[in-house]
Amino acid sequence: MQALTNRSKVVSKKEMTFMERMYLPAIFGGMMITFSHFFRRKPTIKYPEQKREFSGIYRGQHVLKRDEKGAERCTACGLCAVACPAEAITMVSAERKPGEENLYREEKYAAKYEINMLRCIFCGDCEEACPKEAIFLTDRQVSVYGQRKSFIYGKDVLVESKDSPIDLAKRQTPSVKEFKLHKEFGHNQTYDKNKKVNAGGHH
Amino acid sequence: MVFSTYIIYKAILVLAVFAITLLVATYSTYAERKIAAFLQDRIGPDRAGPFGILQPLADAVKMFMKEEMIPSVSNKWLFILGPSLAMLTACLTGVVIPWGKSLFIDGQEFSLQITDLNIGVLYLFSVVSMGVYGIMIGGWASNNKYSLLGGIRASSQMISYEVAMGLSIIALVMTTGTLSMKEIAAQQHGWHWNVLIQPLGCLIFIICAFAETNRAPFDLPECETELVGGYHTEYSSMKLGFFLFAEYINMFISSAVISTFYFGGYNMPFVGRWIHDPNMLAILGVVFLFVKISFFIFFFMWVRWTLPRFRYDQLMNLGWKILIPLSILNIVITGAWMMRGEIIQLFTK
Amino acid sequence: MITQYVFYFLSFLAIMFGLMVVLSKNPIHSVLYLVLTFFAIAGHYVLLNAQFLAAVHIIVYAGAIMVLFLFVIMLLNLNKETEPHKNVWLKLSAAVASGLLLVVLVGSLKNAEMIAATNTFDPNVGLIENLGKTLFKEFLLPFEVASLLLLGAMVGAVLLGKKSIK
Repeated sequence: MQALTNRSKVVSKKEMTFMERMYLPAIFGGMMITFSHFFRRKPTIKYPEQKREFSGIYRGQHVLKRDEKGAERCTACGLCAVACPAEAITMVSAERKPGEENLYREEKYAAKYEINMLRCIFCGDCEEACPKEAIFLTDRQVSVYGQRKSFIYGKDVLVESKDSPIDLAKRQTPSVKEFKLHKEFGHNQTYDKNKKVNAGGHH
Repeated sequence: MVFSTYIIYKAILVLAVFAITLLVATYSTYAERKIAAFLQDRIGPDRAGPFGILQPLADAVKMFMKEEMIPSVSNKWLFILGPSLAMLTACLTGVVIPWGKSLFIDGQEFSLQITDLNIGVLYLFSVVSMGVYGIMIGGWASNNKYSLLGGIRASSQMISYEVAMGLSIIALVMTTGTLSMKEIAAQQHGWHWNVLIQPLGCLIFIICAFAETNRAPFDLPECETELVGGYHTEYSSMKLGFFLFAEYINMFISSAVISTFYFGGYNMPFVGRWIHDPNMLAILGVVFLFVKISFFIFFFMWVRWTLPRFRYDQLMNLGWKILIPLSILNIVITGAWMMRGEIIQLFTK
Repeated sequence: MITQYVFYFLSFLAIMFGLMVVLSKNPIHSVLYLVLTFFAIAGHYVLLNAQFLAAVHIIVYAGAIMVLFLFVIMLLNLNKETEPHKNVWLKLSAAVASGLLLVVLVGSLKNAEMIAATNTFDPNVGLIENLGKTLFKEFLLPFEVASLLLLGAMVGAVLLGKKSIK
């Protein structure tokens, strides 16, 4: 078979010399290697005292964003559920009643929205699929519970609170926004009035 | 010395040696985990106390508090006897080791050795040869195939390596001319360390010490990859603790014996030039001995976390085909060197 | 005086453990009792100030030979289920033979008289230095012949251990 790389070594079964058969030089060499590790800097992070900084684009617990006025962005289109490879997302849609304009941005909204965090693989496809910039993965971590049903997150957990919105500046960098504006990939519509583009290219 | 003073002094010395043995063994468990961690680029236990210094205490509490299981089909008395024997034989060996020179207080001599048997080396050897019973009985009484295999492995391994160990000691006894540990230590003053006279014997002895203490790369009796836990598979709680602890005591005693036999014991070169007070020298001697012991304990651990375990046939090959012939060769060379005058005379005649 | 009591105590232990060797049902227990018997006998050696013999006795018998016995018995894994069924006649003949042996022993010991020790006991004879000198000066030939005997036994064992020699 043709070698794909030049890294592979041919195994040689030649007779060992007397020095090699004594093994002691080899043992000594091995012990020197382990001893050199004794003084190396340890990469351990002592967790509760020190915390490793998450990457800005870490994919952790989801958030359902509100718009600038505090209305929920999600329109329960179901694209995230379709995109989800783990089938972790379910939702029930409902129609907005008059007087609820400050609660929901568009005429249709998600009455129920659940993500099963035990199924979720945190791939971020839901974020990619969302045409309304409603669902994002954040750098928060999913908590630990004793029961499986606690891992099914409803809207009470997922929707961000009006008072303390989740900051997505780290993942919504200008280059990401630029990328989303690109015609070929611009299936997401940004609701930035100045940069209104047509939401095309997706199916 | 007055008899009552003698008895009280010896009792204190026995207690001190016992306590120090246990203390060193306790902190060897901590050292083992720390050294393993450092050799593997980790930090190791650091939660219990500063730098994890109270970790052995936490381990002991854990061992005592755990549920005790005795398999219903096993022989209960022998099951308990196994770890007790292992612990007993491990603790017995500290008796003949000279921990330092004698102290002189009010013209009375206080020896820092519990007892100087004129067969000290043989005593040590007989206690070591008893050590295998704990493992064998424990392994058999567990009524478990893995335990039994571990026990059988332990017995055949220890018998095989005892032979080479004994033969390497014989060469040492030939050069020192005594079986008393005190004499052997005293002869190595200054630079007259036995390792310089008996380098091959020293190497064989150290290798056999690894095998006798069941330390890696000779830890086949408790080989996890093949035998689950070896002879202590069925053990839990403090009985398991005893087996594990006995290993560390054995390691401490082995380090002490290696230091005393081959590396000068409590002697340190050049110290006698600056310090002339005998009591000061005796106390410094104890310190030097413990420095040497610490080095050998570190060496035991260093080897464990470097070398992989032997295969069983390799172990037997090494013992019977390499170490025993080498140690016999060592005896022959030593004998020829000691009789060189007569041999030269024989050929020049 | 104390020595005498220690002697009686050790003798009692030796005889008791010796009996337990015979009476134990389980061969492993027998081996362990035999080890204890050896310890009692080693104690007797120490009483005679023969420390070297005591140490060697423990190293060789308790530390090596009995370990091998234990090893073999453990490997065979003898228990009640695998115990071979013995013929009644066999048991009877064994009892008769051992009974006859007992009669012979008692008969021979009954008429024995106490022989007074010809030379006084030297307490230092058991120390390793004197023992070595005696062995290698007066008894050099028997000592070396005994080693040849052991070598022969070892070669024989290796020969038996080989499956076939062509």
